[in-house]
Amino acid sequence: MATQQAPNGTRHNGSDGATHRPMTNAPRSWKGAPEHYSETPDWKDGTTKFLGWFSIGLGLAEIFAPRQVAKLVGISDEDEYVGTLRQFGVREIAAGLGILTRPKPTYWLWSRVGGDAIDLAWLTRRLRDSEEDNDSTKLLAAITAVLGVTALDIIQGTKLTSEKLPSTGHDEGSFQVGKGDDGTVRLEAQVTVGASPAECYEFWKNLENLPRVVGHLESVRTLGEGRSHWKAKAPAGLSVEWDAEVIEDRPNEYIAWHALEHEQVDNLGSVTFVPAPGDRGTEIHLEMEYHPRGGAIGARIANLFKKIPQGALMMDLRRFKQLIELGEVVQSDATASRKMPHPAQPNATNELKSELRAQ
Amino acid sequence: MRANCWEGAKHVKVETVPDPQILNSTDCIVKISTTCICGSDLHLFNGFVPTMEHGDIMGHEFMGEVVEVGKNVKKLKTGDRVVVPFPIACGKCYSCKKGMTSLCENSNPNAHIAAAIMGHSPSGVFGYSHMLGGFAGGQAEYARVPFADFGPLKLPDSVTDEQAVMLADIFPTGYMGAEMCDIGPGDTIAVWGCGPVGQFAIASAKLLGAERVIAIDRFPYRLRLARERAGADITINYEETSVMEALRELTGGRGPDGCIDAVGLEAHTPGLVGLYDKAKQSMRWENDRPGALREAIMSVANGRTVSVIGVYSGFIDKFPMGSLTNRSVTIKSGQCHVHRYMQPLLDRIERGEIDPSFVITHQMKLEDAAVGYDIFTHKDDECLKVVLKTGH
Ligand SMILES: NC(=O)c1ccc[n+]([C@@H]2O[C@H](COP(=O)([O-])OP(=O)(O)OC[C@H]3O[C@@H](n4cnc5c(N)ncnc54)[C@H](O)[C@@H]3O)[C@@H](O)[C@H]2O)c1
Ligand SMILES: [Zn+2]
Ligand SMILES: [Zn+2]
Repeated sequence: MATQQAPNGTRHNGSDGATHRPMTNAPRSWKGAPEHYSETPDWKDGTTKFLGWFSIGLGLAEIFAPRQVAKLVGISDEDEYVGTLRQFGVREIAAGLGILTRPKPTYWLWSRVGGDAIDLAWLTRRLRDSEEDNDSTKLLAAITAVLGVTALDIIQGTKLTSEKLPSTGHDEGSFQVGKGDDGTVRLEAQVTVGASPAECYEFWKNLENLPRVVGHLESVRTLGEGRSHWKAKAPAGLSVEWDAEVIEDRPNEYIAWHALEHEQVDNLGSVTFVPAPGDRGTEIHLEMEYHPRGGAIGARIANLFKKIPQGALMMDLRRFKQLIELGEVVQSDATASRKMPHPAQPNATNELKSELRAQ
Repeated sequence: MRANCWEGAKHVKVETVPDPQILNSTDCIVKISTTCICGSDLHLFNGFVPTMEHGDIMGHEFMGEVVEVGKNVKKLKTGDRVVVPFPIACGKCYSCKKGMTSLCENSNPNAHIAAAIMGHSPSGVFGYSHMLGGFAGGQAEYARVPFADFGPLKLPDSVTDEQAVMLADIFPTGYMGAEMCDIGPGDTIAVWGCGPVGQFAIASAKLLGAERVIAIDRFPYRLRLARERAGADITINYEETSVMEALRELTGGRGPDGCIDAVGLEAHTPGLVGLYDKAKQSMRWENDRPGALREAIMSVANGRTVSVIGVYSGFIDKFPMGSLTNRSVTIKSGQCHVHRYMQPLLDRIERGEIDPSFVITHQMKLEDAAVGYDIFTHKDDECLKVVLKTGH
């Protein structure tokens, strides 16, 4: 991989080509995150594709020839049912397109199973409704057919699912609050800490402390007169650094900073300390906004910040809470590991994160 | 060390893994003598809890001897014999100070995953998925235990391992289930599920002064144990009798004053409704099969409480909300705040009010964990509670 020029002129060596390395040590969004489902069209085998085309075919028939479909499955072709069949058709086509166009159409396969269930329930009701003018032999045959397809759907869905359990329910999408068309990334999180605003402010007023909790930052160095040099964590081959200045500092209440004008990345951040009601301590509100200033490198930087999951900032604040309330950041067997994801079992010593090994 | 690891749905295996180490200054390492398989482990075993990884060490009910302490551990010493509560709790956050230790705000380093699924995160739990922290569990020879000065309870010699290990989870859980019913004089309490947790809910309802306890299950041997050992007054086999009708008849039409769901997300329901839930669950359209919960809500007396200690993981369908609002029914639920019950329940054991080892039907070696899961999940061999011994 080629050596990249960082925005501020420092050079970095992209030696190991580790483009897929997670950019932050902070717990990443779970396996549902998009990078895990990168372009691997081979998730789909023949059966899956068949189910996709089957969906589309059935959907078209239900929409354009609902009466024939009704006859075929043995229900009376009353208008009420024709409408229902057309709705089913729309659902089938959506599922079919989903299956055929997604690299890993787990969701759409399960949605087919869901659709099958609706069909089954509906057909069964027709069967039991003796007053209706339905042909029960044909209905039974239709039910059997749907059951067969359901079995296929379940088998295929399970196959794809068992590779990676659906966890957060998202298999694509972002956790961020706002991502403008211009590449702006806005992150925010809140936490309530059992300490006074003054005790909390004490930590944040020295911006050099930020990387101790904010996972996507590598370092912040203060330069005096309210200025500081920031470095974000980036995959090998890309480094993002900028100079920032404090624009407002109200002790025990509010700190805000932004990147200097000439920098390639425009960063805006603030932390607010609000006394929490009762004996609950202090509410901390952290906001960070990244806004690339254009150019090809700008776009890469924008991409980098876009990958920070919203949950990451929440964990950053929880780490801060742990530092204040407990004096250290709590680790589990999984989070203590350099190797991610790591099963919930003890690490061999050389797999531990360096700060833990050093203890 | 040897440890029982999750290797995919319906598959556990005892493997050799690295020994635990101190990771935080308030940790201790416990050399485990006795550990159990819990109904909650079955939900993991059967693949209903998301965010499990191959190789995760299972188990959250364990006890043993402290063999190492971190540099900031003040009270606990090596050589202490302790039982470890299953929720991991710091003792210093707002929730811990309020006694709600299964809601500790600091002990789940993967809180963002839990929050994505549940809105907010509960505490971390030993051996219970990555969304609850990714902590190695206690079905192993050793375990790292965070917050050594707050969690583990030192044990007197007078209690046996088999009694003490029940304090890690199921005795406190059953007790909390009964406590949430606000039992008063003359109250009838109905308990769905006569697994180990249900047995302790029954016994605890009695300890808390319930006039009558009605136990519901379908396994005759579990119903028999409920009567003979836990103290249930009446049992109902839901496969033979309509539960709601029976409860109405037994309470003069009022319904039980407290209903405890000790079944959870794998409820078995006969008939069409059961098929419906099973199908939807297998498609992941609903995570949980709430048959017992629905029945408990519909059955409870006007203005009283349904106490849910059976574990649910996600979403359920056909929730009888109308019954709740129109009849002023309260639902209380939670993972047990074990820390606050351990000492008082240990006192009850010491005073001889109850011997919690009554639930144990099977003792085997840790090495045989897979067999234990198999018979417990299938309710074979009249299995109620499996205890695993490490051989230490
Ligand atoms: N809240 C907590 O802190 C906590 C702690 C431990 C366990 N649990 C939960 O408690 C539940 C029970 O645990 P266990 O160890 O006793 O498990 P278990 O599987 O042995 O017991 C469940 C029992 O419920 C019965 N049952 C199933 N469907 C029923 C129905 N429709 N009506 C009545 N009974 C029915 C089963 O026959 C079985 O005997 C599980 O969900 C477990 O996760 C909760
Ligand atoms: Zn348990
Ligand atoms: Zn806590």
